[in-house]
Amino acid sequence: MNDAENKKDIEQYNKQYALNKELAQMLKGGVIMDVTTPEQAKIAEEAGACAVMALERIPADIRAAGGVSRMSDPAMINGIQDAVSIPVMAKCRIGHFVEAQVLEAIEIDYIDESEVLSPADDIYHIDKTQFKVPFVCGAKNLGEALRRINEGASMIRTKGEPGTGDIVQAVSHMRMMNSAIAKITSMRTDELFNEAKELQVPYELICYVHDNGSLPVVNFAAGGVATPADAALMMQLGADGVFVGSGIFKSGNPSKRAEAIVKAVTNYNDAEMIANLSKNLGEAMVGINKDEITLLMAERGI
Amino acid sequence: MKVGVLAVQGAFIEHENILNKLGISTIELRKKSDLDMDFDRLILPGGESTVQGKLLGDLDMFNGLKERIMSGMPVLATCAGLILLAENIVNDSRSWFKTLPVSVVRNAYGRQLGSFHYDGIMEGIGIFPMEFIRAPYIESVADGVEILAHVDDKITAVKYKKQLGLSFHPELSDNYNIHKMFLEM
Repeated sequence: MNDAENKKDIEQYNKQYALNKELAQMLKGGVIMDVTTPEQAKIAEEAGACAVMALERIPADIRAAGGVSRMSDPAMINGIQDAVSIPVMAKCRIGHFVEAQVLEAIEIDYIDESEVLSPADDIYHIDKTQFKVPFVCGAKNLGEALRRINEGASMIRTKGEPGTGDIVQAVSHMRMMNSAIAKITSMRTDELFNEAKELQVPYELICYVHDNGSLPVVNFAAGGVATPADAALMMQLGADGVFVGSGIFKSGNPSKRAEAIVKAVTNYNDAEMIANLSKNLGEAMVGINKDEITLLMAERGI
Repeated sequence: MKVGVLAVQGAFIEHENILNKLGISTIELRKKSDLDMDFDRLILPGGESTVQGKLLGDLDMFNGLKERIMSGMPVLATCAGLILLAENIVNDSRSWFKTLPVSVVRNAYGRQLGSFHYDGIMEGIGIFPMEFIRAPYIESVADGVEILAHVDDKITAVKYKKQLGLSFHPELSDNYNIHKMFLEM
């Protein structure tokens, strides 16, 4: 490849990456819901989901079933794509770039390289710069977030602890990220080189955080959101939007709960409205404490 | 002058940032009581039209906003906002304000792989960097609707009375000329 071709390729990639970051911007202030069937996808869309995550089993069931958890059957994802008009996301295993190629081939709108599935690679994440479709990745601190962005992720979410209905991990990840960003923002510029070394991320990304006081991509909350108050808590802590996995379809009245969470994300500062939204929602998912589980999904892929 | 920005879901902060840089103050419209505040212009931002349309109804904001648009409040509607304004949506049985007499096609360029950047001519402005994200286009317009931009044979920007409807996202650009055009409308 000559230099001119190479330059054209880089230009093309940068344009696509900009478009992919921009799709995440359009999802802000919204709720992305896990669904396992076209029927659930329709319920989610009608309840006001801004996107759906198509997967065979929701995290709570993955946790219960154990074993190896993989990318969903493309036919099942196609069924969900046909059922709704909002963006459809799907998960591939960490490092499993062929699952990602398959998801790109069926024109998924966003790939979640997700710790919820069994990792396919102990060391390497997918080189996301090799894809046209966008990627969202989980992170529990700023270092992980910037490493994923450097690999080509165009959206970040907290890892939280999926399938537990326990918000504590998502809160802790969001707080860790925010405090690291605040710290970098207030650093002298001659301290940024060392910070890049400490966090094991490129200096340029540290400079971006220093200058802008934020990640260069949209940052959603995920992992353990079960109630409208949980969702509003994450928004008040600075999330751009919320993923709800098991919290909706593991609850007593999925449709009503989904609608309530959507409205709580829009009006996250309005306690009176959240109080009304929280009334008579039926049973929330039972949930398990992080101390009661043996498998911490958040430890996968650092 | 104060601009009300619909802030129920989507990329509303991007619009606010541009207006603030132009020295214009903004308010966010998230619930019915927000409509009691004074504002003289309205922005309907990008996002998911199904979500925004549903929340307009559920949060009881629909009628208050429609009345303002009908009585001539200037509106800038981008992408999802254009869908909310359109009288007819070709591939969806739903429709919302219906104040802009055009027919639009939702997700007209397909899924995210069909999203694209285009440097095209916007009437009254010249070349403008246009970002199309799972974008709609306008299939047909009624008499009296002014066509301001198109990509190939597809209409991507129109003006009708005080309504400016775009299928792309000027709020994602460093070029503020479309926002200036809206403020002068």
